[in-house]
Amino acid sequence: MLEILQSLFTDYTLRTVTLGTGLIGLISGALGCFALLRRQSLLGDTISHAALPGVVLAFMITGSRAPLVLVIGAAITGWLATLVIINIVRYTRIKEDSALGLALSTFFGVGIVLLTIVNRQPEASKAGLNNFLFGQAAALIQRDVITIGVIGLIVFGALIFFWKELKLLTFDSEFAASLNFNTQRLELILMSMLVFAIVIGLQTVGVILMSAMIVAPAAAARQWTNKLEIMVIIAALFGAISGMIGAIISSLGTGLSTGPVIVLVMTAIATFSLLFAPARGIIWQNIAMRRKGRRLRQSLVLADLYELATEHGDPYYIHTIEALEAMRPLSGSVRYALQGLVDQGLVTKQGQEWGLTKAGVAAVHAQQSD
Amino acid sequence: MNTPPLALQVTDLTLAYAEKPVLWDIDLDVPSGVLMAIVGPNGAGKTTLIKSVLGLLKPAAGRVSIYGKAVDTQRHRIGYVPQRGSVDWDFPTSVLDVVMMGRYGKLGWLKRPRKEDRDLALAALKKVEMDNYAARQISQLSGGQQQRVFLARALVQDADIYFMDEPFQGVDAVTERAIIQILRDLRESGKTVIAVHHDLQTVPEYFDWVMLLNVKRIASGPVTDVFTDKNLRRAYGGRVGFLAQQSHETGELTPPTNT
Repeated sequence: MLEILQSLFTDYTLRTVTLGTGLIGLISGALGCFALLRRQSLLGDTISHAALPGVVLAFMITGSRAPLVLVIGAAITGWLATLVIINIVRYTRIKEDSALGLALSTFFGVGIVLLTIVNRQPEASKAGLNNFLFGQAAALIQRDVITIGVIGLIVFGALIFFWKELKLLTFDSEFAASLNFNTQRLELILMSMLVFAIVIGLQTVGVILMSAMIVAPAAAARQWTNKLEIMVIIAALFGAISGMIGAIISSLGTGLSTGPVIVLVMTAIATFSLLFAPARGIIWQNIAMRRKGRRLRQSLVLADLYELATEHGDPYYIHTIEALEAMRPLSGSVRYALQGLVDQGLVTKQGQEWGLTKAGVAAVHAQQSD
Repeated sequence: MNTPPLALQVTDLTLAYAEKPVLWDIDLDVPSGVLMAIVGPNGAGKTTLIKSVLGLLKPAAGRVSIYGKAVDTQRHRIGYVPQRGSVDWDFPTSVLDVVMMGRYGKLGWLKRPRKEDRDLALAALKKVEMDNYAARQISQLSGGQQQRVFLARALVQDADIYFMDEPFQGVDAVTERAIIQILRDLRESGKTVIAVHHDLQTVPEYFDWVMLLNVKRIASGPVTDVFTDKNLRRAYGGRVGFLAQQSHETGELTPPTNT
């Protein structure tokens, strides 16, 4: 462990790669919040798959494998795919999910065909275009990291600049339009930012798994907060952490592709968040539900005791458990509920029989006046 | 023409989804300062009418003017309360934040809300009796509370004409009374309110102006003139049996509170 930390500072390659994947995670995590909240998680998947033909075409046309060239190619077809989706939804009866699926498979299919053609040429195999499928962080060099950093700055700048508008668009786009905001332009800005966030990660994470970088950190972050700004920050951090850990594991000579490793780290974070986050986590909600159920049972038993007792003209009249159980088929144990009520001082046990205390009678009255 | 411009004037508005007309050749004049209900059966195009007036949907034909001018130039005078179900109430934000969104239009691009916007939002929340909920996460609200928050958001818009899509949908009786009081206050201060409404029984009690819609405009005008058994039958077909019992020989409906 220490060795890894040490090599982070001394090993140039590892440092570059970790910085690069961290930045990618940071950017895609932040933007993923908007995709997730707008219920457009599949959009990220479509954009990244649609970027593949762009990458290959850029290489075929220019013969260069400079990252900026390939990223521009990816951005063009990724962006084209979003335009196709928007127009299919607007001008046909096809619904958005089908449009997304159509665009995804068509663009990706074209990408694979082009990739096969390119791979037949001997000099092309060295270009490492195949890495775009599953990602290869080891290929990152300083120039790439600078490119990613610059794009990241632009994306975060736009995010801060248009914060209020993007928040409104995401929450209630029709209200935004009624306020005279040009929502189509805003949507285009947001989609373009998403395209940028995705294409810079393609080489490292790969087109197939890049959408997880968009969705998983956002879904995990939503569990921990009820504020959009905090959610974006947490998602960015989750993305950055998974990116860095994934890159380190993959470059330790394990020979694993970076994309899958990053995604696995991210899945671990997301699973933990879904289970254990306070308030929204499944475990916490289960506990809260049980507590609620217990309280409900207790108040029912309390009311039953009161009802039985008043039939005897004395609210403090005592009864056996069997009498209470006969009152109604309660789910859960009457004895357990009674014990809880004794602990609260609302009920007393006299021999094998149970009766209300003064506080218990007061509690019943309070319940009934609610 | 020395008369003051109409709050809303719609001329020949037609809108179709895939060849099927949803709104057909709608003409509508709404004078300033009325509280108008839009009523009609399901699928009559009530929401669509509001959305096309606001420019959220593109009509195939027709013109809309607000206070005598094109809608796009009058946005700052328009308040909008969409259907409560149109947004995701699990969105990570607070009640105060949602109400503050009503100020975004006045702020315009890029400017951040300031303290005065915050104060206005808090005042609007007080008006709808939700000031104690300002910091609450919106997913914790009941249906009636959500509706109040949406209403508060429209109030901070400080508009002259309000469009509300089913403001009474799924709210409790207390909220309904609170909302109708606010609508009346708006009318008292000279504003115009146009609301999609579902409950025919309360139309005469709550509103003074009404439009009956079923793809075409059946009738519009003062409630006492146009909210008649005959018009209701034309709008709803034969499905208004319960109303026929209340109608008098004049064909007018009396407010249920008086019966």
